[in-house]
Amino acid sequence: MIDVKNLVRSFKDGPIETRVLKGIDLSIGNGEFIAIMGRSGAGKSTFLYQISLLDEPTSGEIHINGKETHLMSEREKMLFRLAEFGYVFQDYALLPELTALENVALPLLMQGLSRAAAEEKAVVALTRVGLGKRLKNLPSQLSGGEQQRVSISRAIAHAPDILFADEPTANLDKESSATVMQIFKELHESGQTIIMVTHEEEFSKFAERVVKLDDGKIISDERQAPQLSFAQGVS
Amino acid sequence: MFSLLNIRVGFYLALRQLKRASLWTTGLIVFVMLLTFLNLVVVTGILVGLIEGINESYRTQYTGDVILSSLATKNYIEDTPSVIAFLKTLPQVAQMTNRYQTSGTIEANYWNRTSNEKPNATGAQVVGINPTSEDAFIGLSSHMLEGSYLSDDDYDQVLVGKYLLAKYAFGEQPGLTPLKNVEPGSKVRLTINGAVRDVTVKGVVGSKIDLLAASVFMPAGELRTIMERTDQNVGQIAIRLVPGADPDAFKQLLLDSGIGEKAKVQTFEDSIPNGVEDIKTTFAMLGNGFSSIGLVVAAITIFIVIFINAITRRKFIGILKGIGISGSAIEISYIFQSLFYAIIGSAIGLVVLYGVLVPAVAAHPIDFPFSDGILVAPIDGTMIRILLLVLTTIVAGYLPSRMIVRRNTLDSILGRN
Repeated sequence: MIDVKNLVRSFKDGPIETRVLKGIDLSIGNGEFIAIMGRSGAGKSTFLYQISLLDEPTSGEIHINGKETHLMSEREKMLFRLAEFGYVFQDYALLPELTALENVALPLLMQGLSRAAAEEKAVVALTRVGLGKRLKNLPSQLSGGEQQRVSISRAIAHAPDILFADEPTANLDKESSATVMQIFKELHESGQTIIMVTHEEEFSKFAERVVKLDDGKIISDERQAPQLSFAQGVS
Repeated sequence: MFSLLNIRVGFYLALRQLKRASLWTTGLIVFVMLLTFLNLVVVTGILVGLIEGINESYRTQYTGDVILSSLATKNYIEDTPSVIAFLKTLPQVAQMTNRYQTSGTIEANYWNRTSNEKPNATGAQVVGINPTSEDAFIGLSSHMLEGSYLSDDDYDQVLVGKYLLAKYAFGEQPGLTPLKNVEPGSKVRLTINGAVRDVTVKGVVGSKIDLLAASVFMPAGELRTIMERTDQNVGQIAIRLVPGADPDAFKQLLLDSGIGEKAKVQTFEDSIPNGVEDIKTTFAMLGNGFSSIGLVVAAITIFIVIFINAITRRKFIGILKGIGISGSAIEISYIFQSLFYAIIGSAIGLVVLYGVLVPAVAAHPIDFPFSDGILVAPIDGTMIRILLLVLTTIVAGYLPSRMIVRRNTLDSILGRN
């Protein structure tokens, strides 16, 4: 599904060039749940931004579903992201003046669905994460955990091929984090491809594959039996 | 950019951002738009209305709708009785008044002037009127500043325009030496074509129209005696038409009937000096200039408001782009918001303008020294200004949103510069 070849990303600040990703090769198959781990500054978020087409690599190739995304125009990338990807950000990234329902319905509207159809799908997605009764609430009227669940609903409402999550539990308490990870686990069980960046070991246990980065390079890529529930093995 | 999908999503976003925006902020922006609208319409409207006020005063206080006056080669309208008889047969004529006119001098304090003292005298137009018909026609008695109005049987009594008196005249004016110590009851000396007549000032006329305020009025019979006129030919015939009659069409009717050979035929607009029309054009240009500045200020205000709004929401704009919302849809959402401010501001402005200001100024004209200013706001001109305001606002809303939307998506999401 995703093939990354010799991916390099460097940033220039005047004459100084900093290489954050130093030639990464990685293949990710359909339906995988991958945790990308590493210490702060290892390049894990930068890697996520490259493969989720939010950023432009300095060099290298990214093939997604057979498409050479590194050759796409900005508009093509935008349409690709809209159709194929779902995003869950660390700080939820909800629009404050839109209700939970409207936040989830917005990308569906952009896909050309009617308002009624978009809102119908949004209700289904919000109900799936246990927010069926908070449809009309604004983000400010929801807890952090609830906001992240709205964010997940927005990411999955249009049934994307790949769900990207950047530190989805970083701002949440333990209980909310558990709920979010439970949702991810259920999504994965239903066949959803999930690529999650996290620095927390306990949450990486939900993934079936853990890729560790250090200093812009992959230092390990291991498969594991995913943890079945939050209580299991979490200290 | 303006695909149906982008417009639909842009409208969806804009509607919700407006619905849940701070009422105070929205109210303030709409208020700025209202002031801009009023500035666009009212400044020009008052400047033009100032001159329109003069025109209207000429019509109501002197010329009527159409005025006949002597040809350049004559001092009177030839064969006046037949002209008047003809006018009386026309259904368009609602009212008429006749005037005799001549020039003369008026001297005050002549009885105690020593032989080597400069006379306190000034030149003036002397108008002979029928007091009753003149009052019915232009309401001259309502313009008395002091004293009382003439009656038909008054003799050796005159009304003096305020500009002829030192206490009312403002500043030095060429050819005019205002009279000192003159008030109702004062004796003044009129000299007309060498004939001298000592008369008493019965009242002072206080109109803002020069033709009234710089003239001396006396009963027509007495002026004819002084002028040694035995014919019935008058100097002017002012005509008021029935409501709905067109002055230009009536003027043409008179010219077609041959009256143009006996008198100069003018509508009230024709009779106003050319300079007044030039001033009107100049004032309109000035008004448009001031309005343009207002428009630029409004554009800058909207630009700043939208720019601040967009820059503080830069992260969210980045996220919107990140999850696949097109930049055009985001830009259109800001255009819709700008449109909302402009349309609501203009709509309130229309209500204030036509519901309050225009009727209020019509009922209580602005008291300028030389005119009773009205507010001229023709609906077609107002609509053009609204269109200008809306277009300016759209551009002012679009530009800052485009500046922010064009920034790198990830930089926006992460708040990087």
